[in-house]
Amino acid sequence: MPTIQFQLNGAAMAVDVDPDQILLDVLRSRLGVNSAHFGCGAGECGACYVMVDGRAMASCDMPIWSVAGKDVVTVEGLGTAEKPHPLQRAFICGQAMQCGYCVSGILISAAALLKRNPSPTDAEVKAALDCNLCRCGSHNRMVRAVLRAASEMATS
Amino acid sequence: MNVSSPAPKLSASLAANPRLSSWVRFTADGRVAISPGKVEIGQGIVTALAQIAADELDLDIIRIEMIRASTAMSPNEGVTSGSLSIQQSGRALRHACAEVRQRFLTAASERFGVDAALLRIDDGTISGPGNVSTSYWELAGEVSLDHDVTAGATAKSATERLVAGHSVQRLDIPDKVFARPRFIHDWALPGLLHGRVLRPEVSGARLTALNEEAARAVPALVTIVRDGGFAGVVADSEAAAEAALKALRKGATWSAGDALPDEDDLTGFLRSQPVETTIIEIRTAAATNKPAQTLRRQYTRPYIAHGSIAPSCAMAQWDGDRVHVWTHSQGVYLLRADLAIVLKLPAGNIVVEHMEGAGCYGHNAADDVALDAVLLAKAAVGHPVRVQWSRHDEMSHAPFGAAMAIEIEADVDADNEIVGWRHTIWSNGHAARPGRAAQPALLAATEIANPYPRMISSNPPVANGGGADRNSVPLYDLPAWTITSHRLLTMPVRTSALRTLGAQGNVFAIESLLDEIAALRGEDPIAFRLRHLRDERAKDVIRAAAQRAAWKPQKRTGIGHGVGFARYKNMGAYCAAIAEIEGTDDIRVKRLTLAVDVGEAINPDGVINQIEGGAIQATSWVLKERVRFERARITSTSWTDYPILRFSEVPAVDVELIQRPETEPVGAGEAAHGPVTAAIANAVYDCLGVRVRDLPITRDRIIAAAELAS
Repeated sequence: MPTIQFQLNGAAMAVDVDPDQILLDVLRSRLGVNSAHFGCGAGECGACYVMVDGRAMASCDMPIWSVAGKDVVTVEGLGTAEKPHPLQRAFICGQAMQCGYCVSGILISAAALLKRNPSPTDAEVKAALDCNLCRCGSHNRMVRAVLRAASEMATS
Repeated sequence: MNVSSPAPKLSASLAANPRLSSWVRFTADGRVAISPGKVEIGQGIVTALAQIAADELDLDIIRIEMIRASTAMSPNEGVTSGSLSIQQSGRALRHACAEVRQRFLTAASERFGVDAALLRIDDGTISGPGNVSTSYWELAGEVSLDHDVTAGATAKSATERLVAGHSVQRLDIPDKVFARPRFIHDWALPGLLHGRVLRPEVSGARLTALNEEAARAVPALVTIVRDGGFAGVVADSEAAAEAALKALRKGATWSAGDALPDEDDLTGFLRSQPVETTIIEIRTAAATNKPAQTLRRQYTRPYIAHGSIAPSCAMAQWDGDRVHVWTHSQGVYLLRADLAIVLKLPAGNIVVEHMEGAGCYGHNAADDVALDAVLLAKAAVGHPVRVQWSRHDEMSHAPFGAAMAIEIEADVDADNEIVGWRHTIWSNGHAARPGRAAQPALLAATEIANPYPRMISSNPPVANGGGADRNSVPLYDLPAWTITSHRLLTMPVRTSALRTLGAQGNVFAIESLLDEIAALRGEDPIAFRLRHLRDERAKDVIRAAAQRAAWKPQKRTGIGHGVGFARYKNMGAYCAAIAEIEGTDDIRVKRLTLAVDVGEAINPDGVINQIEGGAIQATSWVLKERVRFERARITSTSWTDYPILRFSEVPAVDVELIQRPETEPVGAGEAAHGPVTAAIANAVYDCLGVRVRDLPITRDRIIAAAELAS
């Protein structure tokens, strides 16, 4: 079985795996990374988003060969309770969820947005999150939390 | 002056579970375990209940550990539904904790020889004159909580509460942003195997033959399970289970299945089926003006999918003839009752334990997948088996919210004042939950070798808020009415409880027609409503929403405003909504302004969050949602075929919470849907001059309604 090498949350990974295996499966079943969630299996809901070379992408229909040599970041790599990412802090502060199942994918989309656009407008945040579905209706809180994180990052 | 809340008679939850220790335990680590029978489904209930307990026990909330409901030890509080958890569990905990506090104060008083009234409790430390000091934990050996609650203890008054009434941050949110396992989907039990179940593409089709050869060749397959029409696979990994299922599907032969109705003639279908008819309420007028004309209007809503972002998931593990089940069901005891019927086991052999799933808006597939896991795990004794449904199955085999046709005939006099009102509903029942009948309500129970029939949905009794008839009795003071509900006795499309049950449809119908009559009279729709209401709390939310939205904004081309109001179940939360929409080619909801009164708001931000969420979800239902089907199968089985509201389409939502800390609290989760639905529909009329009476309000529906009107 071939070895696929990539960066995961800043650490070098080498996984012996069928290269057609789905990235989400490998993250969850082999690498103990549970933040990315299964939602639809077709890249339509965003619950499984991870950052690949700085871009938010669905991992539920992505074969693992396609991340060989790339930099993969999940919510585990954004921050921790001790050292939270400004987005994580802002989501807690704004109580920006109801069930929270979609949140990890939304944090990833938001983190990718803030990397390429550190001071987005309300409309730009909405556009960046438009491929992430939230069924509980916490959208506005999430948008406000992203804007809050952006302004915190700008002043820090 | 502090006015203590009068000791209420024991709530139903406490009457059924009177033992104090089943609700409260002091643990050795200086913490307090609070054990409600209600479960977290994304609504923040666990935090609100912790706030109530913290207040009554004089504890810092961080000392409280909220125990997930389990049939092994939790009080049996039935189902977490109907916006009743604050009323039921909150009230029970408030009372139980007040009594626990009193028992400890009595014990401390005896130990120190100090009048209990002179003692105070601060974060669990009990102190008093002369520097005497002890704590709950020190006294725990002396104070047994294995006593039944009495009606004697008095809970704190509103002014004495320090935690309830404040927007405490939710206890579960840090786990969710830092990716700490909390969802059942993320739980890894040792030795975990993965299962998948084979379900038909064709509605109602039964598995008649199965060639297992290809599936058996899948590496990492553990076993194939077949029990009559139920078939599934167990494998070492999810990927292997998926591969085996795919292979199994190729070897499956199915019966023809059952025909579905014509999705473009739901009214024709609903109004032509055998029904059970119930007169919900008749009000007879002493004397009214003679009707000058009768307005006859029909409103419909389609089947609506739950559409949780996570597909349903469960785990089960057998040990001899005992089984442990992990589930995101809304009712662990109710699920256990159904499992006991199917498994022909005493309920005591089954432990059902709750774990969080994604947002739950009613009876989805959570219970179904639990039986799936139990049946598959039986073939892998000793191993826990985790089953997760596919998105496709979630969108086609889980119960839907029932389609409804509602006809209202309003008799109006020469001044277009309402003198008669007849509201008639045709709908499937809105509840087929497990644990309430002699037959199980679980999907796999209809598939196994000695199958149970599919349970035809029924309606909860009127005293519990009703089902299809929920909110069908107007809160308005009309002189006469007859409310009739026809419940279908056939059920080609599986329906059960979805958020608000029939209330969304009924409020849409009532509030649309009232709006039409107000317009006929040339009367402002808010003035018209206020004139017909006697309940001051109802008027207050309408006035508050109107003021906040600066009603009525000046008419502008392409912009419309509309109002909707309801008191959920006519006995729950009051909610008024004003919608601002933009109507050009498509309808776009720009802003929703709501006012809500839930009595005492335990967690004000939590209430606002629920109302915002309800408003946005209702907007999604109104603008986009409709379960699609052909004659043989459900076709809206993906997010492409069942679109919901996206970030770029979400309106601004502004909520005013009217606080009434002295008034019994009620739930907020379902208050917004009806009013928002009506407000949007009425705003569409204000904007375009077209009454759309069939949901969802899409471009096609607007064109059709405009053609009909012209």
